[in-house]
Amino acid sequence: MRQRKIIPGVDAKLLIKDAGKLMLDPMRRNFLRGAASLGALTFLTGCDIIDGDTAEEMLRKISSLNDGAQAAIFSRSKLAPTFPESAITKPFPFNAYYDEDEAPEVDGKSYKLEIAGLVENKKPWTLDELHALPQVSQITRHVCVEGWSAIGSWQGAPLSEFLQRIGADTRAKYVWFKCAEGYTNTIDMLTALHPQTQMTFKYAGQILPRAYGFPMKIRIPTKLGFKNPKYVVAMEITNTDKGGYWEDKGYNWFSGL
Amino acid sequence: MSAEAIVGGNSVATSKVIHPGWVRITHWINAIAILVMIGSGWQIYNASPLFKFEFSKQITLGGWLAGALLWHFAAMWVMVINGIVYVTLGLLTGRFRRKLLPITPSQVLADAKAALTFKLAHDDLSHYNALQKLLYSGVILCGIVIVLSGIAIWKPVQFQELTTLFGGYDFARYVHFFAMAAIVGFLVVHVALALLVPKSLRAMVTGK
Repeated sequence: MRQRKIIPGVDAKLLIKDAGKLMLDPMRRNFLRGAASLGALTFLTGCDIIDGDTAEEMLRKISSLNDGAQAAIFSRSKLAPTFPESAITKPFPFNAYYDEDEAPEVDGKSYKLEIAGLVENKKPWTLDELHALPQVSQITRHVCVEGWSAIGSWQGAPLSEFLQRIGADTRAKYVWFKCAEGYTNTIDMLTALHPQTQMTFKYAGQILPRAYGFPMKIRIPTKLGFKNPKYVVAMEITNTDKGGYWEDKGYNWFSGL
Repeated sequence: MSAEAIVGGNSVATSKVIHPGWVRITHWINAIAILVMIGSGWQIYNASPLFKFEFSKQITLGGWLAGALLWHFAAMWVMVINGIVYVTLGLLTGRFRRKLLPITPSQVLADAKAALTFKLAHDDLSHYNALQKLLYSGVILCGIVIVLSGIAIWKPVQFQELTTLFGGYDFARYVHFFAMAAIVGFLVVHVALALLVPKSLRAMVTGK
């Protein structure tokens, strides 16, 4: 797991703000760096297949084909493996594109979950109302796009039941989530309706600590970690793919497990 | 008449052809795909290293994790489809059986001794010595293991039975890594010998 270090004398808040802004461009420019080792390919094929823009466009097209392939093998009834309490990773890692002390601090008293899009009842939900929903528990493996994994224990309401309760049009293609710090995520409706996809309010039986996404995380054990948004403040049922924070930077959209 | 002879045109021509067209085509497609898989795989490894080392940026592909993943999951299709064509034809034409079997330990030991004393001949390119048989069979097996362990860590929910077969998600990552290491080890020897015996390289290009 990566350790993040703060440089002394540098305003961490500003640094992270800047890093967030700058990330996209240098990353894009670095997209094909190291392609020099593939110089032989140009030689073999007689054409410059590693030309930046062409290659990137081709790779993005293949990535969206891979979305389709993953949707095709996704089974709504196939459950993610569950584990005994003894298997839980302690401490469960904090993970975000910012440091733990930069994580959003949401006021639970004034919090309201906004509901938008193709849904009958758009009434916002207070935290007390959300906590009153019937809850279930799961101990599943969180798999990070970086490769590491950790087993955690999450409690909350199945998203599928909530979508029914608010009269969401489940024929819509996507559910979009917005988070307190501006992070966003779009998931496919089939995954939203998966029995283990959960509106999570507790970690290991305790109200979600700030580090794990207070007041609400969407726990999706059938998707990579970055498709499990924390600090969720709004959700929209939609037929438009509104993308997401990491997806827009090049991570695969479906990112199923 | 075997399928290989059909590809070669007639049986007389086949006797001169060391590597039929399908072997050469799948070989070079695989060569490109495997380089992309290794270069991008090293970049992916760097995002969460299994050991206390990282691969130099200079020899990785993709620039950062997302770029590497895009390359990896694109070249994956080329490698797998090409690999299936190669293995299917290798079995159907009898080429694997003819060229790679049998492998006996005594022959391997004798040829290893000859190789280490630089006495192993490469006169007849159409015939593989025991070391070649062992390495070529071994790398085909590594290819199968690296694809299956890759699927196990790519889809540990949808294909969880496969992931379990590889000892669970975390263990499957190590299997995937060591299969890569074995293939890279093979590549070093393979490329060095192809350069030392240039006519073997020519045979893989022209067939003769």
